[in-house]
Amino acid sequence: MEWETVIGLEIHAQLATTTKIFSGASTAYGAEPNTQACAVDLALPGTLPVFNENALRMAVMFGTAIDAEIGKVSVFDRKNYFYPDLPKGYQTSQLFYPIVGEGHIDIELEDGSTKRIGVTRAHLEEDAGKSLHEEFASMTGIDLNRAGTPLLEIVSEPDMRSAEEAVAYVKKIHSLVTNLGICDGNMAEGSFRCDCNVSVRYKGEALGNRTETKNINSFRFIEKAIKGEVARQIDILEDGGRITQETRLYDADKDETRSMRSKEEANDYRYFPCPDLLPIVIDDEYIDAIRKTLPELPDTRRARFINTYQLSSYDAGVLSAYKPLSDFFETVATTSADAKLSANWVMGELSKHLNQHDTDIKDSPVSAEQLGGLLQRIKDNTVSGNIAKKVFEAMWKEGGSADEIIEAKGLKQVTDTGAIEKIVDEVIANNQKQVDQYVAAEPDKRGKMIGFFMGQVMKVSGGKANPGQVQGMMKQKLDALCP
Amino acid sequence: MLNKTLAGLAKGLQQGEFSSVELAQAYLQRIKNEDSKYNSFITVTEELALQQAAAADASRAAGNASIMTGLPIAHKDIFCTQGVRTSAGSKMLDNFISPYDATVIRKFNAAGSVTLGKTNMDEFAMGSSNESSFYGPSRNPWNTQHVPGGSSGGSAAAIAAGLAPAATGTDTGGSIRQPAAFCNLTGLKPTYGRVSRYGMIAYASSLDQGGPMAQTAEDAAMMLNVMAGMDPLDSTSVERAVPDYTANLDAPLAGLKIGLPKEFFSASLNPEIAALVRAAVTEYEALGATVKEVSLPNTALSVPAYYIVAPAEASSNLSRFDGVRYGYRCEDPTDLEDMYKRTRGEGFGTEVKRRIMVGTYALSEGFYDAYYKKAQQIRRLIQQDFVRVLSEVDVIMGPTTPTPAFKLGEKTSDPVEMYMEDIFTLSLNLAGLPGMSIPCGMSNGLPVGLQIIGNYFAEEKLLNVAHKFQQATDWHTLKPAGL
Amino acid sequence: MALNRTDVEKIAHLARLQIDENDVPEYAKNLSNILDLISQMQDIDTSDVEPLAHPLDAVQRLRADIITEQNQREHLQQAAPAVENGLFLVPKVIE
Repeated sequence: MEWETVIGLEIHAQLATTTKIFSGASTAYGAEPNTQACAVDLALPGTLPVFNENALRMAVMFGTAIDAEIGKVSVFDRKNYFYPDLPKGYQTSQLFYPIVGEGHIDIELEDGSTKRIGVTRAHLEEDAGKSLHEEFASMTGIDLNRAGTPLLEIVSEPDMRSAEEAVAYVKKIHSLVTNLGICDGNMAEGSFRCDCNVSVRYKGEALGNRTETKNINSFRFIEKAIKGEVARQIDILEDGGRITQETRLYDADKDETRSMRSKEEANDYRYFPCPDLLPIVIDDEYIDAIRKTLPELPDTRRARFINTYQLSSYDAGVLSAYKPLSDFFETVATTSADAKLSANWVMGELSKHLNQHDTDIKDSPVSAEQLGGLLQRIKDNTVSGNIAKKVFEAMWKEGGSADEIIEAKGLKQVTDTGAIEKIVDEVIANNQKQVDQYVAAEPDKRGKMIGFFMGQVMKVSGGKANPGQVQGMMKQKLDALCP
Repeated sequence: MLNKTLAGLAKGLQQGEFSSVELAQAYLQRIKNEDSKYNSFITVTEELALQQAAAADASRAAGNASIMTGLPIAHKDIFCTQGVRTSAGSKMLDNFISPYDATVIRKFNAAGSVTLGKTNMDEFAMGSSNESSFYGPSRNPWNTQHVPGGSSGGSAAAIAAGLAPAATGTDTGGSIRQPAAFCNLTGLKPTYGRVSRYGMIAYASSLDQGGPMAQTAEDAAMMLNVMAGMDPLDSTSVERAVPDYTANLDAPLAGLKIGLPKEFFSASLNPEIAALVRAAVTEYEALGATVKEVSLPNTALSVPAYYIVAPAEASSNLSRFDGVRYGYRCEDPTDLEDMYKRTRGEGFGTEVKRRIMVGTYALSEGFYDAYYKKAQQIRRLIQQDFVRVLSEVDVIMGPTTPTPAFKLGEKTSDPVEMYMEDIFTLSLNLAGLPGMSIPCGMSNGLPVGLQIIGNYFAEEKLLNVAHKFQQATDWHTLKPAGL
Repeated sequence: MALNRTDVEKIAHLARLQIDENDVPEYAKNLSNILDLISQMQDIDTSDVEPLAHPLDAVQRLRADIITEQNQREHLQQAAPAVENGLFLVPKVIE
């Protein structure tokens, strides 16, 4: 019998509104504790919620983007439980009538095929505050700045069968919400969070007991957490044990999940419709107006990149997923007039630097225009690819245009035939031993050996000699020495 | 000057018979001298009152006075008042100095009225006798062995004792009308949504409504002119023009159709009250009204429906009192759960705990349909009864209470007996309709109230109907012996 | 519907209310009586009746997404039982 993994995901996407879902306090990240917690957010006696129109608009955008049924009448319910970072003692959420009903999204698998993942529902709710356990010895500090930030909770069907599929789905939703501009997608800051419901079963059998793993804040951790949890469950079952239906916490430092007993005691959330809020009623006109203003979605853009720029399916997939990256790429491609070269540089050198410095493309110190300008210089042979990397490095650190850097650092490629010939002759003269070996070698082996002489020329020229010219001339001169 | 109505005082101020400061001082002095007998105030805001009175005199001198300028008002201690303790009659908020003003308070302040203090009430408005107050019961000025009613008992006692010319109250199941009836006052519970609930500490959100308590219908109209109107901070407040409620007080009643629900005159009704209510109806006939018997068959169900809906909402509304951000916190909590349980166990009184438990039970898993949903369905039936009857008649009349004010301690041992006190008032809150209680006679030296129920937003009509009765009778002018 | 000690204790725990051991029977009795009163509802057939959540069948008003609240931390925290470095303090939460 073969084990099968069954995964369903709950994604919490913080909506990129200016103010909270039910109050006029700012949602900006990183403020001093409790400076963005107003009377409503603190649940002062007598305060009441009023719903943010932008949160509604964003939820409907998401719904239309996944072809979902939009709730014409949706209702806020109260989910009652006590926790110090939940000021009202209940979370305002939507249980019975969510704003977004059934929809779906397609993910691309490693083998190039696509798989449709069902979205059960997506509903609006408010975020809780933060409990800070580290700052005080015997106390926990509560910061309510985040309390009341609008969340869209996106619940999938249990349609995923591997950690890889789960990650592909999460990436797809991430790409979608950031493209729609309804979520900044920052996982480190908690703007985009994921809970994984995982169970295993023998293929074809009924669903097993599942666990819910919370607190996963990167794509990589999602994969690791799921794989670890699957292995743990299979171990238990193969030892004849049973899986306890429970909430688990992923500990990235230890790379393991552990039981969250504090959340375990019989949850009885006593849901009921929130009497302080009235039903949200929207019509087709409202939904159609939003549908018409939807920005280009990643799947559409991917197809366009393949058609317009002749990119490979893989490159187009990477570059279309994240809107700021897509925009960056398109600007580079336009400036340089070479889409393939632009794709290579954006996905290569630029992405490498962004990763190394943990920087978002939006904050890249090298602008798309700068990079485009550099690629122009590669294309017109002003610099070689290798020199261009040096120019890029300088751009990243010090700024400036490609031309300025090339000029200031004297990196302009040497294309003067006479100057190149002089260096080639010098190299041949100074490396008699290697020349002898070249001459003695079988003609079909000589091609490989020319690399050494190329390297020497580059060394002498400081990398500035035009590699194409050097190659041609060196071969000609060496071959002339052969019998 | 102290025994005048609000309208009378407004005239006195206008004509310069006395200043706002003199008026405030006189009331403050009388409160100081007399209130130990009635315990009608929790907090007397002497400093604030004198400051507001001085400002009122100044604005009158500058020619900027409105009708309300300089008029002293007492506010039920359920309305958050900036810089003033706002306790809701609970130990939980005994130390709570509100950092903001309820919309109702803000409107009275803007109108130039003077806040004498905050009146006693049943804890979190849960009670019909004022005996659940942390600050001890308020007493009925007509007989201090008797209760003033509840939950706005302090407001009623203060007006009846001449310690305030008028006061605000709130009515969730009769909390304005029943104390008005017990203390020979005119009380109006507006249509749900007519008066903002922002800053009014919530008991049951879908039932709570603030309103005026006064000596006459005219005074109540003046108060409602200040209180009514849409509030952007309260989603449930209604966007609808506010008429001048004093404009049509004198409209003739010829042709007024009165319905008498047979269910309100059942065998359990005190016969003296039945006789007084019928006598009042006869008076209306003399004023040109016609009378017919009508039926509100689901009246009896209003008690069970109310005692699900109100506690359910309350159990959730009162979760915010957790000792984290404001209010009472128990001494030396050993851990978080201990803090929650002792804070709430010690901070809430018995009746509040009882209702929280009823509500918690009604909403708990497996019971929602049988209790909460069922109660909301019954609510619909009750509303349909009223809608049907009010399509046939202009107003419905009946007793406000089944008995006159009972003795302190008489009903505290059996909560169910206490709940039955509200049988005639609860149904209006469930349906959201406006209702009034006006004096219609005396039974063994205790006042009796006539309840007048109107259609949605028919406050103007109700005030007119009440005013015409008060022009024709003098029950409302009777004062307790010695006053 | 009679509630026993266990029921009362379970409800009190859900509601985070400390109830004195000696008061439990009294609560059990009163709550049972209230539930009896409430049980009258069960005789009524409401299968076709739409629940009434709000007295007026009104719909939610929307608020513009504009900042209206400024930082008032010190003012709002005056009412707090325990505050340090701008944080509300509670006994250590163990996860």
